[in-house]
Amino acid sequence: MDYKAVKEFVVEKAILVCGLVSIIGVILIFFFLLREGGSFFLKVPLSEFLTGKNWYPTSTPPQFGILPLLLGSLIVTGGAVLLAVPLGVCGAIFIAEVAKGSLKEFLKSGVELIQAIPSVVLGFLGAKVLGAYVMDWFGLDTGLTAFTASLLLAFMALPTIISVMEDAVTAVPHRYRESAIAMGATRWQTIYRVVLPAAASGMAAAIMLGIGRAIGETMVVAMASGNAAIIPKSIFDPVKTLTATIATEMGEATGTHALALFAIAIVLFAITLLVNVTADFLIHRKRVK
Amino acid sequence: MKKVYVCLALLAVVLVGCKGGGSTSKAIQIQGSDTMVNLAQAWAQEYMAQNSDADVRVDGGGSSVGIQSLIKGTTDIANASRQMKSEEVGDAKAKGFTPKETIVGYDGIVVAVNKNNSVEKLTIDQLADIFSGKTTNWKAVGGADGKIVLLSRESSSGTYEFFKEHVLNNGDSKGTVNFAASASLLNNSSQIVDQVAGNKNAVGYFGMGYSTPNIKEVSIAKDTNSPYIKPTVDTVKSKEYTISRSLQIYTHSDANGVIKKYIDFILGEKGQEIVEKSGFVPLN
Repeated sequence: MDYKAVKEFVVEKAILVCGLVSIIGVILIFFFLLREGGSFFLKVPLSEFLTGKNWYPTSTPPQFGILPLLLGSLIVTGGAVLLAVPLGVCGAIFIAEVAKGSLKEFLKSGVELIQAIPSVVLGFLGAKVLGAYVMDWFGLDTGLTAFTASLLLAFMALPTIISVMEDAVTAVPHRYRESAIAMGATRWQTIYRVVLPAAASGMAAAIMLGIGRAIGETMVVAMASGNAAIIPKSIFDPVKTLTATIATEMGEATGTHALALFAIAIVLFAITLLVNVTADFLIHRKRVK
Repeated sequence: MKKVYVCLALLAVVLVGCKGGGSTSKAIQIQGSDTMVNLAQAWAQEYMAQNSDADVRVDGGGSSVGIQSLIKGTTDIANASRQMKSEEVGDAKAKGFTPKETIVGYDGIVVAVNKNNSVEKLTIDQLADIFSGKTTNWKAVGGADGKIVLLSRESSSGTYEFFKEHVLNNGDSKGTVNFAASASLLNNSSQIVDQVAGNKNAVGYFGMGYSTPNIKEVSIAKDTNSPYIKPTVDTVKSKEYTISRSLQIYTHSDANGVIKKYIDFILGEKGQEIVEKSGFVPLN
């Protein structure tokens, strides 16, 4: 074999390994989660884990019910999505269809700038400043609530939602718009009746990715959501989320408690996997069309 | 191809550098109680100012976290605002060492309410009812009508465990009374101080080193026949203030060299002076 062929072979295999590393990583993570979390379910049945209303991992006897945590994660994420989606949709349409030239570039880089803010900074602001306002505005008992965390998460999910949606809207072929305008449609009718339906699946994918971003976020919710493991009656109650539970309890957790945190990680992994697969499916469907 | 060699060379330098750095330093790792973290930082700074070759690294996380790290071998000294539990001592022995406790100071747990709250004094029983969720309105303990907002530390906190044992369960370490699920578990004592200062219905607890003038300290009585006492250096020292406790550090029982020297510093005049400056109660 000559030198060139050897080099070719080595480079090709090296790239192959690089490509496989991330996949192998995911498989290993999944394997370890299942192994650690799986042994938890030998001690506490799955149904008790998922539907138990009390999370008292360090009391005697410990209680490992994650229903309040699961609902906490869902209400915080749900609130964030409700706040972020209308803003994101309108923002993306404006940037993709209406804004021109330097304004467009300014907005695009502005949105990307949001992503550069570390989540701990937002959490800090949320707990120290925003919480007090939320308490005043809504006349609440406390400012550290699911809503406070939702506001911050919505802000954090915006860049993901806007940039993916903007791509989806921009990807709609130009001839669709030309045809609509030739038929006598106004600019708004063109956007509303032609461009948006054509971009719908891409936009739905953007929403799913935003949800994925929000549900996995830890720092902000640990600092601003109030961390009370109750079943929330409204979005203005303090809640404790799955992610914050793992983050705040992992250092002290031993024995069954530690295994329970792995079991929570499996639940989170399952939720984010579902969200991402859905997003992927939506993006793929768009391409087939 | 040359680039590859350069990269490999750089990588080698980095790896060797890391290894070298790790083996030459004699860092003392300290982890544990968040109540004691500022105190431990102050000790470390003074110690490093006195000994230019010393390297002391302090981390919080909670008493339980420090004790777990000591058992796992990832820290040299565990700060703890509660005593080690028998199970934890058992875990340490299973790992082949006996933990040694050194009391380094005392602390009174402050129960704090907002300045605008008219409640001045509470008994331990009233406190237990408030924090376990039985009493939910300030009216029931002599205050104005308003829903009580409970603020607690996280379960990794020694202060949480101490409060649970000595207030909620009246000193019974096997007691089963829990904090109300509606209690917000906050990351650190400063956050509790902040929330109490800004919320007229909030109540929280923390080590006296964290107390500030913008909250109100509640006077506490053991029972209705006992006097109501505020936490001060004197009342904690004399144990008149009932929710007082010792602050301690845990090490391997055979710890010597730099760690022994460090503990001697903490127990010495300068170390104890820092205890008082940090707002806690020194040994003598």
